[in-house]
Amino acid sequence: MSTAYYKTEMEFFVDMQRCIGCKACEAACAECETNGQQSMIHVNYVERAVTIQTTVQVCMHCDDPVCANVCPADAISKDEFGVVHTANTARCIGCSNCVMACPFGVPFKEEQYDMMMKCNMCYDRTSAGKKPMCATVCPSQALYYGTREEMRQMRPNSVPVNTFQFGKLEVKTKVNIMMSAGSTMLKVD
Amino acid sequence: MKFRLNRIAFVIALGCCLIVVALVFYGSRKLQNFDAALIAYLFGTVFALFGIIYRYCVWLQRPPTWMYFKRGWQLLFSKSFVEYAGLSVQKLVRNIAFQRFIYPRGKARWWGHFLLATGCLLAFSVTIPLTLGWIHFTMNPATSINPADTNYYEAHVFGFKVMEFKLGSWIAFFIFHILNWCSWLVIIGCLLFMRRRLTHAGQIATQTFEGDWLPLILLIGISVTGLGLTYDYEFLKGTTYEFMAVTHAVTVILFLIWIPFGKFFHIIQRPAQIGAHLYKKEGEKKGMAVCPHTHKPFATQMHINDLKTVTKELGFDFTLEDGSSHLDLSPEGKRSALAKAHLKAREASGHFFG
Repeated sequence: MSTAYYKTEMEFFVDMQRCIGCKACEAACAECETNGQQSMIHVNYVERAVTIQTTVQVCMHCDDPVCANVCPADAISKDEFGVVHTANTARCIGCSNCVMACPFGVPFKEEQYDMMMKCNMCYDRTSAGKKPMCATVCPSQALYYGTREEMRQMRPNSVPVNTFQFGKLEVKTKVNIMMSAGSTMLKVD
Repeated sequence: MKFRLNRIAFVIALGCCLIVVALVFYGSRKLQNFDAALIAYLFGTVFALFGIIYRYCVWLQRPPTWMYFKRGWQLLFSKSFVEYAGLSVQKLVRNIAFQRFIYPRGKARWWGHFLLATGCLLAFSVTIPLTLGWIHFTMNPATSINPADTNYYEAHVFGFKVMEFKLGSWIAFFIFHILNWCSWLVIIGCLLFMRRRLTHAGQIATQTFEGDWLPLILLIGISVTGLGLTYDYEFLKGTTYEFMAVTHAVTVILFLIWIPFGKFFHIIQRPAQIGAHLYKKEGEKKGMAVCPHTHKPFATQMHINDLKTVTKELGFDFTLEDGSSHLDLSPEGKRSALAKAHLKAREASGHFFG
């Protein structure tokens, strides 16, 4: 695994309020070589009848990934840069534990392959110092890959947050979500 | 990371090795049929067995693995035994023997894996019983006295004669060269994989030497040196036999001791996929979980309930204030919950952007 060009100062920032649901990220994601030409990003309308809100969901690359912990086959691993890699194809037994346990709803099971797949932050690109595909094409910068300083200058009234509350569980992630200044965490439910 | 001996795994692995050593002794009729030339392979095999059983037992002790292992056997030996035994055989043939789930990922990939796996499994089924002294061959004494007679060769399993074939027949040719056929299957399979690993950008980005290349190199090493043994006695009159035998033994023993630690361990893990299929089938019979957000069934309720138990055991408690769980939501429901929470937080702050 070549990691010589991975830029540790670069971070991923998501701002769902900026998502216009164009799905350019989905098309771009399918270009990523590590996915086998399948899109790993999820864009959904939340409640189409009452809101234009969309969800745009990449893997959040948790500090202590639930998906890897619940995997009975030890197929999911996290590397030294905090990237949680998609299932090791030799090991994954297609049980869907990770699919159902991920608090962000990221992994999915590809039935015909009997295997789980998920975003690995375009490792073929990020390990070579490039930006993930989705972030390069997002027209509204709902998905942004850059430094914290760049983000601070672009959005002075927002802060990156990487702590989430799911019931009793607090989850910290490598990927940030942009929230109003002063926020420190997002309570999901 | 500090190594800590797992006592349960150690005792089970040691017990299995002692049983195998006893079976070597008695299976070879008190070493009468044991081929002393294979002693180094025997040590390698017993070491590999210890490592495999040890790692397998450690692996099984993980809560999610134990849950699937336990459920898989419970279901197989439940009142639906006939149905699940049939399904297991079907999945065994489809997923283990033919690895059909790889085919949709790419034809060349499947061919590579199928040839490699078939070559390996066939070679295991021949060499392991030979090494342990459970199979041996002898000349049929009645036909070997007179050189003018047609000579017959006999195969014995655990000292019992199981078959006989004419020397010089096509069956003899096939059996005597079976490891050569396996070698060619493995070499072709490995070359297909190597080509993929040299040309596919995704593979290049994520592969590692010890995880992906070393297994292929070892398998090619074993196969080429194995073919070298035949080449030596067929064409070189045995002049390089020692070199061929030693290099072959070195590559095989390296392979054996690498099984528990590296990629080859997936051979041992893969049958768990059958358990996952039984689990899904049983769950579908018991009923599906319906997502409160999408109002659609998304997984079996048994799976979600088991997952709540397993996540708690692992220290992840998704219980909500109202007593329900975040895990009751489907993946789409979870994504929507996050988006709605984000919208609500932004709304509360009075700034959607900025």
